[in-house]
Amino acid sequence: MLALGVGLYGAEASARPAEAIRPPGALPEQDFLAACVRCGLCVRDCPFDTLKLSELGDNVATGTPFFEGRKVPCEMCDDIPCVKACPTGALDRELTDIGKARMGLAVLIDQETCLNFLGLRCDVCYRVCPVIDQAITLELVHNPRSDRHAMLLPTVHSEHCTGCGKCEHSCVLPEAAIKVLPHKLAQGKSAEHYRKGWVEKEAAGGSLIGEQHQLPMRGLEDRKYGDTRVAPGYVPPSDAPVKPGGIDSGWKP
Amino acid sequence: MNTASHTPAAVPPASAESASRASVMTRPGADAVKVKGWLRAHKWLLLRRLSQLGILALFMFGPWFGLWIVKGNLSSSLTLGVLPLTDPYLLLQSIAAGQVPYKEALLGGGIVAAFYLLLGGRLFCSWVCPVNMVTDAAAWLRRRLGIKGGKVPSEYTRYWLLGLTVLASALTGSIAWEWVNPVSMLHRGLIFGFGLSWGIVLSVFLYDLLFASRGWCGHVCPMGAFYGVLNSAALIRVTADKRSGCDDCMDCFAVCPEPQVIRPALKAVAQDHPLILDKDCTSCGRCIDVCGKDVFRLTTRFDRSES
Repeated sequence: MLALGVGLYGAEASARPAEAIRPPGALPEQDFLAACVRCGLCVRDCPFDTLKLSELGDNVATGTPFFEGRKVPCEMCDDIPCVKACPTGALDRELTDIGKARMGLAVLIDQETCLNFLGLRCDVCYRVCPVIDQAITLELVHNPRSDRHAMLLPTVHSEHCTGCGKCEHSCVLPEAAIKVLPHKLAQGKSAEHYRKGWVEKEAAGGSLIGEQHQLPMRGLEDRKYGDTRVAPGYVPPSDAPVKPGGIDSGWKP
Repeated sequence: MNTASHTPAAVPPASAESASRASVMTRPGADAVKVKGWLRAHKWLLLRRLSQLGILALFMFGPWFGLWIVKGNLSSSLTLGVLPLTDPYLLLQSIAAGQVPYKEALLGGGIVAAFYLLLGGRLFCSWVCPVNMVTDAAAWLRRRLGIKGGKVPSEYTRYWLLGLTVLASALTGSIAWEWVNPVSMLHRGLIFGFGLSWGIVLSVFLYDLLFASRGWCGHVCPMGAFYGVLNSAALIRVTADKRSGCDDCMDCFAVCPEPQVIRPALKAVAQDHPLILDKDCTSCGRCIDVCGKDVFRLTTRFDRSES
């Protein structure tokens, strides 16, 4: 009976979605739970008190190390003392370049409150990112609301983000709009058979299925194929009287 | 209370004996205190508490005073930056779960296993494990309150559980017993913070107090069972070499966390020598303390002398 209880509890506990951000070099969650003896030596050797051992009720396997970027982010020490401290290999010593750590993935999770998405120039997450301009870039897009401004949207790139949590820590909102999530929650996965035509085309140095006929698009005959952007001054055919918009609207402050 | 006081003329010897039995059950060792004095009647208990609290203190000096003598906890630790120690039972589960630990952990586990294999595995239970203080307190209170009954599981439960935890580790691919282990929860809780883990420790206390006398450490704990296996060739052993002086007061049986180990040595049941060789004996020395006749003493497993 007891063993059954323990087994069920264990199965239930490990079935919970892993929301914990593990220290750098941590094995994949399932292997981590097999290797981590919950001794806390990584916690002790973390110079910034970033890491802590979970307590029963934290919703993280009891006694295992994790950190919350919003509270204390990982400072990405060059010598990675937490990994060196781990006696069992739950933190993999193959990781010697902290830039290659993948603790989690930052996700700009709330575009409704992010100040940059509102058209402001907050940029704080971008500025604090230790891998600035690689892990987070500012992508210039047109601001459709004002129709005359740009928006610089913080954009995370998974191939460079270490999941240190600096962005989440420094987000100026009362609740961070950018959050570091475990990869399992942050990322989708393409089907094995999925191929991107343009990637394959570039790799092969040309189309794999021969040249394609490009059907003309009415009114856009002079444009490059696929370019359907609407230029200033373009008036869509309509019966209703049209007021010029954007820079030609005649609006004055 | 005492029916004998209503009939002072003729006290039936049987009831007097049962009355003294009852006092043995609530306050064993009273005789030893009278004969040897309080300090000598608690010598091994005090030494044991000193060992348990001293080892705990070594772990606590770091977080309390920044004096890092020992880092980590009983699961794995680093002493003075050089000596790695790891719980071999955890390593066994980790390996069963399919992980090959780094050499630090293997070395640490080897040192711990060798130490206990040589001196006696269950020294861990009585001299190191912090849960011992919890279950000793439960046993003490149970005696004082005269709580009887409950259902004690078979003493082999722990060995079944030991096997099951290793099997469960292999099946689930995680260190199975750590999901519930009150030993590491208590020790880690004291050093790193409890969360709700105190609930697990409290349930062990209540289980021992209300449901099963010496239930946890003596019947259920698979960690104790693991160290019990390492106890098979223990060098340090208790001998009842002055068993001829035994007056059957039963004090040793009342305090012993594994009472079944005493009989073969004390009463020469299925063995001639007075040495307690049962692997369940934790060498806690409490029987030595409470014996007014000094029947017991600590010795080595090779000392089969009788006096």
